[in-house]
Amino acid sequence: MKYFLQRIGFYVFTAWAAITLNFFIPRMVPGDPVQSLIAKYKGQLSTDAMQSLYILFGLDKHKSMWAEYVDYWKQIFHGDLGLSFTFFPAPVSQVISQALPWTLLLVGVTTIISFFLGTSLGVLAGWRRGSWTDGLLPVTTFFSSVPYFWLGIIAIYLLAGPDSFFPSSGGFDSGLVPAWDQYFIPSAIQHSLLPALTILISSVSGWILSMRNMMVTVASEDYITVAHAKGLSERRVALSYAARNALLPNVSGFALSLGFIVGGTLLVEIVFSYPGLGFTLLQALGARDYPLMQGIFLIITIAVLVANLLADIAYLLLDPRTRKDG
Amino acid sequence: MAEPVLEIRNLNVDYGLGDRAVHAVRDVSLTLHKGEVLGLAGESGSGKSTLAYGLTRLLAPPGVITGGQVIYHPALGDPYDVLALSDNGLRAWRWAETAIVFQGAMNSLNPVHKISTQLMDVLKAHEPSMSAHSRAARAREMLKLVGISADRMDAYPHQLSGGMRQRVMIGMALILQPQVVIMDEPTTALDVVMQRQILGQLIELRERLGFSVIFITHDLSLLVEFSNRIAIMYGGRIVEEAPANTIYRDALHPYSKGLLSSFPALRGPRRELAGIPGSPPDLAGMPAGCSFHPRCPKAFEPCDSAIPVLGRPDTPDGASRSVACWLHPAEQPVG
Repeated sequence: MKYFLQRIGFYVFTAWAAITLNFFIPRMVPGDPVQSLIAKYKGQLSTDAMQSLYILFGLDKHKSMWAEYVDYWKQIFHGDLGLSFTFFPAPVSQVISQALPWTLLLVGVTTIISFFLGTSLGVLAGWRRGSWTDGLLPVTTFFSSVPYFWLGIIAIYLLAGPDSFFPSSGGFDSGLVPAWDQYFIPSAIQHSLLPALTILISSVSGWILSMRNMMVTVASEDYITVAHAKGLSERRVALSYAARNALLPNVSGFALSLGFIVGGTLLVEIVFSYPGLGFTLLQALGARDYPLMQGIFLIITIAVLVANLLADIAYLLLDPRTRKDG
Repeated sequence: MAEPVLEIRNLNVDYGLGDRAVHAVRDVSLTLHKGEVLGLAGESGSGKSTLAYGLTRLLAPPGVITGGQVIYHPALGDPYDVLALSDNGLRAWRWAETAIVFQGAMNSLNPVHKISTQLMDVLKAHEPSMSAHSRAARAREMLKLVGISADRMDAYPHQLSGGMRQRVMIGMALILQPQVVIMDEPTTALDVVMQRQILGQLIELRERLGFSVIFITHDLSLLVEFSNRIAIMYGGRIVEEAPANTIYRDALHPYSKGLLSSFPALRGPRRELAGIPGSPPDLAGMPAGCSFHPRCPKAFEPCDSAIPVLGRPDTPDGASRSVACWLHPAEQPVG
C-alpha cells in the first residue's frame, strides 16, 4: 500500500510539472494569440474588442505571472481551458469534447482488439514454435516496421475512391448530422473501417512479436519443465504457466498504449481527415491556436499519466513479486 | 532381491539428428527395485541428467530417444513401456507414478502462482473428482510432511527460502504417492547443512511411504551415505554398478576409484586426495574403445580399440555388481 501511495504521489507531482510547463511554454513564445486573431480578422476589430480579447485570453498585462498562474489552475479545476480561436468563440473544452469521442472510439477499440488478437496469436506462435505459425513472423516483422501513415495512404490509394465502399476521408457522410440514429451510426462505422484496419495491421504485429518472444523465453524456464513433468494438460501448461508469465511485459505495454490512444495516432487521423483529437491538433497547429494546443496537450498528458498508473496497478495485480509488503 | 519397479533397457538418447548427432546416453540398462535408493553419479556432461529426462520423456528438442525401453511396473497390473505410451497415457503416468525433483530449486516453482495453487493443480489434473476442500487438505498435509507450516500455503515462491522451496518441491513430488521419485541434483543449490537436513528428511519419508528413489548427483560422498546401490556414469555409459558399500570400499573401475579419491572421508585412515587428470570427454568426438582410456592410469592394450561391456566381474561378490572395464572382463554381460 505504501508503494502504491508513493506511486500516486509521483504521478501527482508529474502532472503538476506537466501542467506548469504547459502554462509557461506558450507564454515564452514570442508573439501572442490576440495578435494572430487580430490578423485573422484583418483589422476589423475595434480597440475595445481587442482589449476584451486580451482579458478573455487571460493576457491582460496588468496581472503578474504568478497571478496568471494561480488563475490558470483555478480555470483547470473548473474545466475551463480558455477559448479556441480556430473555432472562435467556442471554448477549448467544447472543441476537445467533440473531437475526443471520435479518437477514443476509433483508436481505443482498435488498440484493444489489436492487443487481444496480437497477444493470442503471439501465445500460439510462441508455443507452437516450429510449426506453420513461424511463417507468420516475416509478415509481422514487415508490418510492424511499416509506418501507420504510409499504410494509410496505400490503403486509400488502393481501396478508397469515388465508387468504393470505403470513404477516403471524414468521420461520417457530409450530409448527416451527428446523432445516435440509423443513418449516422452505419455511416460512422463505414468511415472508421479503413483507418481502423490500417491501425490494426500495423500495431497487431508488435503484440504478436513481443508475446511470441516472451513465450519462447518463458518456455525454457525450469517451472515449465516441472509443469510438464507434473502431467498437467498441454493447455494448462501453455496458458497458466507459460502465457501467464509471458504476459507481464505485454500488459504494461498495453496500459501504456492506452495512454497514447488519445494523442498517438495523429498521422492516421491526418491521412484520413478523421475528426478526432489528432486532426484537431493539426488544425490548432496550423492556426497557432495556443489555447487549443494547450488543452489538447493537457488531455494527452493526463491520459499518459493515468495509463502509467494503470500499468503499475496491473503489474501489482499480476506479479506478486512487485507487491513489496504483502 | 526385491522386485523391480523401473527397468531401463538399452536406452539411447541423442542430441540432434543424423551424422552430427551427439550420443549423450548410450545403451544404458539399469534396474530400480522397490523401495531402494539408486544413486547415479558422474561428472558434469556424463549424461546422468539426460538419462532422467529421457526416461520421463521430458527431453527438450533437439534431444531424441533413439532406442531402448523403459519398463514400468505399476503397483497393480502388468508392466508397460513408458516410451510407448500415448500422449494422454504419458500425462497420466507422469507425477502419479514417477515424480521428479529438479536441479533448479530456485526456479522450479512458478513465481506468479501461490504454492497452494501449484500443489493443487497436480491434484486437479490427476484426480479431477477430488473436491476443492480435500485438495486443499491434501496440500496442507504434504507441506506438514516436509516440515513447512500450513500457513505458508498462500505464500508466493519468492517469499520462501531456497531450502523451503526445495522442500515444497519434495512435498509436491509425493502428493500423488508415486512409486518412483527421481531426484536430479536436488540439493546442489543449497548449503551443506540444508542438504543434509533435506536428504535426511527424504530418506525418512521413503521409509514411511515406501517409494523408490533415483538420486542423481555429482557428489559421490552424498550417495555413499544415502543410497543402497550406486551406478557410475561416464561418457553416456554406465561404467560400474554395485551396492553403495562395495563401491566405497572396493570400486573396480579406475574412474570410480578416481571419483572416490577426490573427496575426503570423514572416518577411517587419512588418505591422499587426488583428482582425475584430464577433462570429461567431448560427447561429439568420443575416443574409440573405452571412453575413459585417455585419462585412465591403468589403460592397457585393448582399451583404445574395443569397448568393454558392462558385466559381472570375476570377483567373489561378482553376482551383486557389474563393471565395464578390460581389467575385469565380463563373465556374463548384463542388459
